[in-house]
Amino acid sequence: MEALLFYSFAGVAVISSLMVIFKKNPVHSALFLILTFFCLAGIYLLLNAQFIAAVQVIVYAGAIMVLFLFVIMLLNLEREVASPGGHGLQKLSAIVLSILLAVSLGSVMTAKFFTGIKGAYSPEKVNAIGNSEVIGRLLFTDFLLPFEITSVLLLIAIIGAIILAKKKL
Amino acid sequence: MVPIEHYLVLSVILFSIGILGVFIRRNAIVIFMCIELMLNSANLAFIAFAHYLNSMDGQIFVFFVMAVAAAEAAVGLGIIVALYRNRETINVDDINLMKW
Repeated sequence: MEALLFYSFAGVAVISSLMVIFKKNPVHSALFLILTFFCLAGIYLLLNAQFIAAVQVIVYAGAIMVLFLFVIMLLNLEREVASPGGHGLQKLSAIVLSILLAVSLGSVMTAKFFTGIKGAYSPEKVNAIGNSEVIGRLLFTDFLLPFEITSVLLLIAIIGAIILAKKKL
Repeated sequence: MVPIEHYLVLSVILFSIGILGVFIRRNAIVIFMCIELMLNSANLAFIAFAHYLNSMDGQIFVFFVMAVAAAEAAVGLGIIVALYRNRETINVDDINLMKW
């Protein structure tokens, strides 16, 4: 059952990400990327990461992609016009090289036997306490410094976005 | 039980598709979307390892990756809008002022 769900989510994710890069209309690309994010959220649920799956749908598909769609519609983009000048060789070599990258990385992933020291948070223990609560406890105890630095990073992003949007500095 | 290699191969495939998109497309916003796809493939690898090694560190790190990606998306789209205001185009072939 888990295998069936994983392979169907994975298949849809790969096909829709291929549609992202091959569709000419940027709105269609954005919609297929949203579909990819939903498939990834389903896979996160299979991997017992319920909080991250919810955050993926809310933040990535619900905020970041909506921002992308706002900008695409604000700039009123149409179908991508093919630029003059030979890009054929660049596109062909890009396809060949990315297939080569996928094959070489994939062969490393399937050749090695991944093992490591197993941590303390087995799925039964995490589900007994609650996934969000475990993440909350870790964020506020072990990972407090990155948490606070992330808040400063978001403040910097807000200031940067406002300055970029001003007409006169 | 799906072995971890399958999740990692899916992550690799999504990453390669993202890199392919960055090379092929000429629209700056679509290039940016392919960068987000690459970030998501890395997130998938993190969560897969977090599940198979009984650790929560992977999920915490994905939380921070998503926060950084959101901040980067906001600033990057601000740059693209400013670029459009100045040059009337976001085709990366036309933004070639620094090209020799």
